[in-house]
This record gives sequence, structure tokens and C-alpha cells, in this order.
Amino acid sequence: MISWRPSNSLILCWVALMVLLALTVTLAYQPLGALNFVVALAIATAKTALVMVIFMELGSRPGLVRAFAGAGFFWLMILLWLGLVDFVTRS
Amino acid sequence: MSEPGDIAAHLSSPKQRDEVLELGMWTFLSTEVLLFGGLIMTYMVYRHADPVSFAEAGRQTRIVIGTANTAVLLTSSFCVAAAIQAGQAGAARAVKALLAAAIILGTIFLGLKGVEYAGEYRDHLVPGIDFMQSGPHTQGVRLFFIFYFLATGLHAVHLLCGIVVLIIFLRCYRQIVCHPRYLAGLRTAGLYWHFIDVVWIFLYALIYLPGRSG
Amino acid sequence: MKNYLTEDYTLRSWFFTTDHKRIAILYFASLIFLFFIGGAAATLIRIELATPQADLVSSDTYNRLFTMHGIIMVWFFLIPSVPNTLGNFIVPLMIGARDLAFPRLNLASWYLFMLGAAITLLAIFMGGVDTGWTLYTPFSTLYSNSYVAVAAAGIFIAGFSSILTGLNFIVTIHKLRAPGLTWYRLPLFIWSLYATSIILVLATPVLAITLVLLAAERIFGIGVFDPRIGGDPLLFQHLFWFYSHPAVYIMILPGMGVVNELITCYSRKKIFGYKFVAWASLAIAAAGFLVWGHHMFVSGQSLTASLVFSFMSFVVAVPSAIKVFNWTATLHKGTLRFDAPMLYALGFIGLFTMGGLTGLFLACLAFDVYATDTYFVVAHFHYIMVGGMVTAYFGGLHYWWPKITGRMYSEYWARAAAILIFLGFNLTFFPQFILGAEGMPRRYHVYPPEFQVWNVLSSGGATILAAAYLLPLFYLGYSIFFGAKAPANPWGATGLEWQTPSPPPKFNFDRQPVVDSPPYDYEHAPEPQNV
Repeated sequence: MISWRPSNSLILCWVALMVLLALTVTLAYQPLGALNFVVALAIATAKTALVMVIFMELGSRPGLVRAFAGAGFFWLMILLWLGLVDFVTRS
Repeated sequence: MSEPGDIAAHLSSPKQRDEVLELGMWTFLSTEVLLFGGLIMTYMVYRHADPVSFAEAGRQTRIVIGTANTAVLLTSSFCVAAAIQAGQAGAARAVKALLAAAIILGTIFLGLKGVEYAGEYRDHLVPGIDFMQSGPHTQGVRLFFIFYFLATGLHAVHLLCGIVVLIIFLRCYRQIVCHPRYLAGLRTAGLYWHFIDVVWIFLYALIYLPGRSG
Repeated sequence: MKNYLTEDYTLRSWFFTTDHKRIAILYFASLIFLFFIGGAAATLIRIELATPQADLVSSDTYNRLFTMHGIIMVWFFLIPSVPNTLGNFIVPLMIGARDLAFPRLNLASWYLFMLGAAITLLAIFMGGVDTGWTLYTPFSTLYSNSYVAVAAAGIFIAGFSSILTGLNFIVTIHKLRAPGLTWYRLPLFIWSLYATSIILVLATPVLAITLVLLAAERIFGIGVFDPRIGGDPLLFQHLFWFYSHPAVYIMILPGMGVVNELITCYSRKKIFGYKFVAWASLAIAAAGFLVWGHHMFVSGQSLTASLVFSFMSFVVAVPSAIKVFNWTATLHKGTLRFDAPMLYALGFIGLFTMGGLTGLFLACLAFDVYATDTYFVVAHFHYIMVGGMVTAYFGGLHYWWPKITGRMYSEYWARAAAILIFLGFNLTFFPQFILGAEGMPRRYHVYPPEFQVWNVLSSGGATILAAAYLLPLFYLGYSIFFGAKAPANPWGATGLEWQTPSPPPKFNFDRQPVVDSPPYDYEHAPEPQNV
């Protein structure tokens, strides 16, 4: 009777997430100017990608499921980008 | 969960059932992205209008609690993902232990959040309830904390629902061997849980990290 | 032989049903009721507007009337109309399925809708809302003395009904199609509802969070839209219109879907350019998300943003124009029959085209600066919503009536009503284009006397329209009890829904249908029957 344990990819994913968390906190305290925000969002995106591909199993699902998964984020980008055009271009 | 048969009357196969549940949950998660998205839009607009105030406000958040909570939630996601793997392998007791761990971690998150909110209340940081700030950044800090309370509050409500759902699955864990519907349902619930985690990952970056290098 | 109506007569079997057909009927009954409430507000508005003075109602009451009219008609009639009545009933039949993907969610949708409607009606009967259906801040948050938060709660709850409906349709259309029913064999009604569902699912949540922000500001005074403490009222407008512009496509796409079915059936011809029409539906849904700022040209939005939105508003007209062209081309050399549903479909094409073209006028920045917030805008959107959408709804209702009820209605009265609706509609709303061009502002009930002629014509037209809308209540109601029994396929139409008895049995089909022919295969379709 084999006792079960979580797969390596799951464990590695968790480790990577913890590393990225430590990284984002550390970098937040570095004076990078406007880049601080970009870096924070980039690391958040990387963590999200890990959660979605590994934990949510998107890595092994068909294209239709991935399209559904991406749709919300794509539409959010429309709201943010097109919406911010007004605020960013006001004189 | 205790009904006979593995598929509902209107469906034609277990495969169809699984696909229907998966697509349905992803569609629902897309709606959640846009629900939180409206708040993110609010944050981006006001941050752009007054980045200095947002940095000042960010410094007043409790980064230790926030970071701990992030670690807690990421670990809980690991537990849920592992529980699903255990379920597929038929390891019923591992499913029970991992679901219990996820529930406990989720509850710890809510507990820490409560501690955090209490602290912010004492510091007069709650807009609409005796919000007080000294200095030139009052307006911007106030707008930051409107976003903070609404976004984390909405997130906490979602997390609570997730905990309730996991408790329901915990109580039925014995059925993974006898009931094919259980695993399909747990997978679907898992997607929801991981999504709550994703929302938090972004909220963490937007709330706790601004202004730290200032 | 039992059908879905005669399966069980208990109240419990209706209010706890998960049968998509019964849920459609529940929605249908609720919507008739709500339509008449919204219509009552319109009646009072038009009576008041027949004279230049404020002699029927006070300014405050007038504000509450047009707000109530807008809220009820948009959220509690137009948005659910085709999707939740015809869509719920027909979609599973049309794709050869036994029900929608999530039957219990479908019932939950109806209960949420009813709860939302009840709360909104409560707000109205407690005294109403005076902000306009658009709920603009800071008036709605800081100054209005009306039940804004209550109405917002009602709309919020109804929004979840919309979201669940969209979710159900999307999953159903992807996963529950009959064997052999590939995407390009689907009737275009399905493509249209799929496109509608994308909007329902992706736009409505933004409305939900906007209403939360609105209510939070109103109740707790947090100040997120308050300019005195750094808030931006335009943020509300961006968030509101990000939903509400796509919402107008939620309202019109299902109508366009119905028109596809009517035009093909009553020309006995397949649609011209099927793939173009199918993809145009998706294009409208996608592009519809990129134009919302055209409601904000004079609000203080930046010129750059206005230019972008104006350009995109021209782009979004293209797929709609493609559809109109293709419908017209379908009619060409078809064997036309002018039954009531066809009259509605033809009316739709004409009126929607007028509404759509005037939308292009409004998309021009220079013209919009002049025409915004005038009756030109009011006429434009009523041509689309009433001349287009309500007309299409009535057309679809008549077309599928034999399938839904198992009865045939009086063709004579149906044609009379269709013609009367068309005439009444034009008399009501065409003068409003003139009024708008001459400068009469919207949401005013006092106006200079030189505008009275057009207002009287409009109110006269409204009287005819109101009578015309009442007619179907009588002859359709009559048909339920005394109409001839309907055969499975009275119109000789293509489509799986016509291959099962009228009314259908509870589980729709006795055997799983299999599809191996193209859509709108009218060369091989049965002849229409004289019933």
C-alpha cells in the first residue's frame, strides 16, 4: 500500500510562491522610483501565473478552458486601459 | 451529494458533467475578475491622481500582517490542490487532513484580518467612521482606505464563502471512493479557492507595498 | 400524451420547477406585469408632455416618473425579455438538449430577479428615485432626497440574475449541443444569445461593484465620488457606462437573433452570409465594450478619450450594418409570406436602421455636443429599444407561440396589432427627432410653446401605441383557451425546436436528435400548414 504524497510540481510551486513573496517584500523596500509599482505587479503576475497553471491545472487543460480563464483578465485590461485614457490625458 | 447516480437527469455522461462544471466555474470566475476589477479601476484612477498620497497611505498599512496573510493563503491553496490530488489517488484521510488544514489557514487569515481592522479602527483610518489624518495627504489617504476596506472586505466575504464550501466537502470526504460527483465538485470548489488567492495576490501588491521605499 | 404544461398542475411544481420551459413562463408572466408598470410611467410622462406647462405633475414627481420608467424598462424588462423568456424556452430545444446546463441555477435566476424587482418596486412605491436611471453622482450620492440606495440594492440583485443566465447559456451552448450540431450548423439565434451572454457575464459585475460604491457613499458618506474631498464624479460615469453601453447590446442582440429566424422562415430561404452574421454578433459584443465614453462627450472627459470613443463608435456600427444588409439580401428573391412575425421582422429592420444611423450622428463629436441630452438622443434609443427590440420580442413571441402554448392565435388580429404598433411607434418617436434637433432638452416637462405641436403628435402616437400593445393581451390570451391546436411545425420552419410536439414534452425530445444538415435548409423543409 503506497502512502500518498503531493506531487513534486505542487511542492515546487509552493516553494516558488514563497520565494516570490519574499522577493516582492524585499524589492518594495528598495528605492526604484516608478519601477517599484511595475516590479510589484510583475511579481504578482508571476505568482498568479504559477497558481493558475499549477494549482488550477490550466497547464494541462484544453485551449477552450484557458480562453475562458483568460477572458476575465483580458476584459479587465480593457476597463483599465481604455478607462485610464481619460484620466491620463486630461490637461 | 447523497443522491443516487453520478450524473444529473439532463446530462448525458460524467465527462459532460465535469466539463460543464469546469466551464461554469471559469465563467463565474471571470465575473469575479470584473467585480474586483471595478475596485481596481478606482484604485488606479486615484493613485494616478495623487501617487504621493497613495505612497503615504501604503506606509500606514500593516505589512507584517499582510505578508503573513499572503503566506497563509498561498499555503492554503497548496493544501486544496494537494487535497484534489489525494482525492484522485483515493487517499481519503489525506483529503480530510488537507481540507482541514486549508480551512484552518483560511480562518487564521480572517482572524488576522480582524486584528488588522481593529487596529485601523483605533488609528482612525476608516472612512465614513471618524477618519482622521494630519498632513497634506488627507484626501488621497482617505481614497486609498476606501479602496482598502471595500476590496479586502469583499475579499473576506468571498473567503468566508469558500471556507463554508470547504467545510461541506470536508464533512463528505468519505464519499470520494463511492461518489464520482464528489471529486468533480471538489475540483470546482478548488478553482474558486485558488481564485480567491489570486485576488489576494494582487490586493497585497496594491495595498501593502506602495511607499515602502520612500 | 403529457406535455410540460400538463405534467403536473400543482403550484409547487411551478415554483420549484427546474424545467427551463416553465421557468421561461414564470419570467414571461413577471415581465408582462413589469412592462405595464414601466408603461404606466411612460403614459403619465406623455400626458404631461402634451402641454408646455407643468400641469399634471410637479417637477419632482416628473423626475421620479422618468427615472422609474428607465429603471424598470431597462433592467426589469428589456434586458431579461428575449433571453429569459424566449431564450430559456427555445435554446435547449434548438440545440437538441434536455435542459440548460444548470437547471437549478436557472430557477435561482428567476427568484433573484423577482427579489430585485420587489425591492426596486418598493423603492418606487415608497416615493421613488429622482436621479434618472443613470444615477449620476454627486447628485445621487450627496443631494438626492430619494430612495437611491434601495433602488441600487434591487438592481444589484437583479444583476446577479443576469449573470447566472449568461453563464448558463454560455456553458449550455458549448457543451450540450446535439451530436452533429457543429457551431456553423447552429441557428443564428444561438450565436446571438451566445454573444449576449458574453456581455451579460463580463459587463454586469462592473455594474454590481459600481452600485456597491454608490450605496456605500450614500449610506456611509465615504466620499469616493465626492469632488470636495478628492473624489471624481467622472469615475462613476466611466464605471457605470462600462456596463451600460454593452447593456444596450444585451438588449438588442437577442432581438437581432430572433429576426434571423423570422426572416429566413418567412422568405423560405437560408440566410445570406451566415458566417458574416454569426461573427458580426460576436464583433458587436466585443466592440461594444470599447465605446462607452460616447455617453460622456460633454461631461469633462479628455478630448483624446472622446476622440478614441467616437472613432470606436463608428467601428461598432459596421457589424450591425452587415447584419441589416444580409437580412435584406435574404429577402431578395425569397418566397415572402407576410404573417405577423414577418411584419415585426420587417418593422425591426426599418426601425433599427433608423435608430442605428442616428446613433452615428451622435457618435460625431461635433454633432453630439449640440444634440446630447436633447430629445434627439431619446428618439435614437427608443427607435432601437422599442422600434427594434420590443418589436423583435413581439415577433419572436408570435413565431414561437404555437410551440410554447400548443395553440394558434388569430392571424388577422396579430397583423392588425403589428401594423398598429408600427404606426403608433413612428408617430410617437419620429417627432422627437425633430424636437431634439430644435433643441428641446430631455428630462424636462416644461418647454417653450413652439415645441407643443411635436409633443402633441408624440403623445397622440403614444396613445395608439399603448392600445396596440394591449391588443396581444387579448388575442394571445384568447388563443390559450380557444385557439386551434398547433401542430409540431405550423410554419414549415427549420430548426430542432419544430421537430418535437407543440407543446413539447417535459424532457423535450423522445429520442436524442442528431444533426447532419446545414442551418436554414429551406430547400428540404416541410411546407407551412394552414391551421
